[in-house]
Amino acid sequence: MDRSAVRDVIVTLVVSAILIGVMPMLISTYTLTVLIIYGMLGLSLGLIWGFGGILCFGQAAFFGLGAYVYAISAVNVGESTLPMILAVLLTAGFAALLGAMMFYGRLTDVYLGVITLVVTLILFKFINSTAGPQYVIGKARMGGFNGIPGFQTLNVPGDPGAYIWGDAYYYVCAVALIIVYLLVTWLLRSSFGRIAIGIRENETRMALIGYDVAARKTVLFAAGAGIAGLAGALYASWAEIVTPTLFSLGQSAEIIIWCIVGGLGTRLGPIVGAAGLAYLKFLLGQQSMIDNTLIMGLVLVIFVLFLPRGLVPAIGALWQVSVGHKVRRRPARRMRRARNG
Amino acid sequence: MDISFVILVEMLYAIASLVLISAGLAVVFGMMKVINLAHGEFMMMGGYATITAVQLGVNVFIAMLIVAPLVVGVIGLIVERLVIRHLYGRLVDTMLATWGLSLVFIGLATMIFGNTTTGISTPIPGFAVGDYQINGYNFFIIVVAILLVVLMYAVLKGTRAGLIARGTMQRSDMAAALGYSPDRIYMATFFCGSALSGLAGAILAPLVGLVPTSGGAYIAKAFITVIAGGPSLIAGLVSSATSFGFVSQVFTFAISPVIGEVALLVAAVILLRLMPQGITSRFFKGKL
Repeated sequence: MDRSAVRDVIVTLVVSAILIGVMPMLISTYTLTVLIIYGMLGLSLGLIWGFGGILCFGQAAFFGLGAYVYAISAVNVGESTLPMILAVLLTAGFAALLGAMMFYGRLTDVYLGVITLVVTLILFKFINSTAGPQYVIGKARMGGFNGIPGFQTLNVPGDPGAYIWGDAYYYVCAVALIIVYLLVTWLLRSSFGRIAIGIRENETRMALIGYDVAARKTVLFAAGAGIAGLAGALYASWAEIVTPTLFSLGQSAEIIIWCIVGGLGTRLGPIVGAAGLAYLKFLLGQQSMIDNTLIMGLVLVIFVLFLPRGLVPAIGALWQVSVGHKVRRRPARRMRRARNG
Repeated sequence: MDISFVILVEMLYAIASLVLISAGLAVVFGMMKVINLAHGEFMMMGGYATITAVQLGVNVFIAMLIVAPLVVGVIGLIVERLVIRHLYGRLVDTMLATWGLSLVFIGLATMIFGNTTTGISTPIPGFAVGDYQINGYNFFIIVVAILLVVLMYAVLKGTRAGLIARGTMQRSDMAAALGYSPDRIYMATFFCGSALSGLAGAILAPLVGLVPTSGGAYIAKAFITVIAGGPSLIAGLVSSATSFGFVSQVFTFAISPVIGEVALLVAAVILLRLMPQGITSRFFKGKL
């Protein structure tokens, strides 16, 4: 690890420690927990879309899958450690299969979007229709549209009686997000991450240099899905129920909006976008004058038209201009190219 | 005997409704390369336009075939001028912006019409075939879909306006050099595409209870049908609607409607995997 990497890690740790300490004074920890979980979900799409150039319309599928895997296995195991691990691994495995099918078939941009969208819909329709008593996995009834309630929520590993909830759960989620963030940072600093960015910029060139583009995209896709699966499992443990709406198109749409608003091609952007917009939605939910969906839609349209690179890069650029010297080490990447496939 | 007739009608009906659902998107995507994710909401608004017009005392057929396409066409025109024209050639950005628009329309419809189900009764009575009852409206949908495809073909292939539109979509710079304004032609084409979506929404409105979010039920199907159709506009639309309608109805009759829906989606995934550029990239090449 070179010195800039060490400094990066230290800055991340200090800033996030301050945030974890300060934020509960402003927002209740119950709300904060879900904002953090959404942040992690945003980061998962930010990784594969912003750095891999893979526009996935079905990130909600992995989120929902993680939640369902956690719920089903938690009912069966009666403990939370193994289900957490399963939620990440099975989701990543599913994504690896799906990704291999798509990337080795050389599907790109729009077609990729359609397939991921369709897979989300299939899962949504299928889970919705599993209402009868014949749909049972182990001890868990699938429950159709009503979902699965009453499973074991997060507990201290090895002690199913010691539930982690309330403030403690907030800290667990925050630490999980920091760990994931640092792992993503490490991944992007490794040669794998740099090659992934190369693939985003010019796939043909990377293939001609001799890299196995399909395999690398599949791995990146699976990694992103694994993070979404972890977010899903944490969400399941927070909400204490999983329902098919986790797979809905609206959920997928929201994740994409978070990334656009926050800023693609940055690690922080999707997290900021997710937490910020989710909180905005929470605040809007407390009034009934203007419909919630309307505002989310307007935000997306306005950002695509006027600020297509997102908040974080824009603020970064503003900061550079006002401070007058180069603060950010990396120059702004050319996102236009990547987003148009 | 009777059952096979019923199945045949249902099959044709499924194909016809897929053609209707996708026609507007096929024009907008197939010609202009704009992926309009607000397509479902255009259909939803067509439905609301019909219902509102009927409640105001307009004849139901006039409301469906004239009022709804006009209303939605004008809305499409406004959207094109305000948002989409800034984004031509940026496929993903248009997709995201229209997704945002679809949310805006859902929100507006919720505020205006409320989050309740509205509907009108089907204007054509059903009739019996042997032991089975057939919805007479299904025939209307089949006829409209056939007329629509014929009309689209005639306009695009036979008229000067169709020629100019097709030419502009292929080489807008060349069309501009020949004295046509690509800006205007794009605008007119988007108007036609939106009007088609409005028409589809209006015609399907009597069959479904309409809620502000009911556009979401159409968008995925329309999207899949158009993408799987591939580069040729009409040949692609008809061929992919036929294959998907056939697959979904076979599974609907054999197992259950839900499995039919899922089979349609699975068929789409397999088809795109085998033919990544759509059906008409391999068959019916070069056709319109």
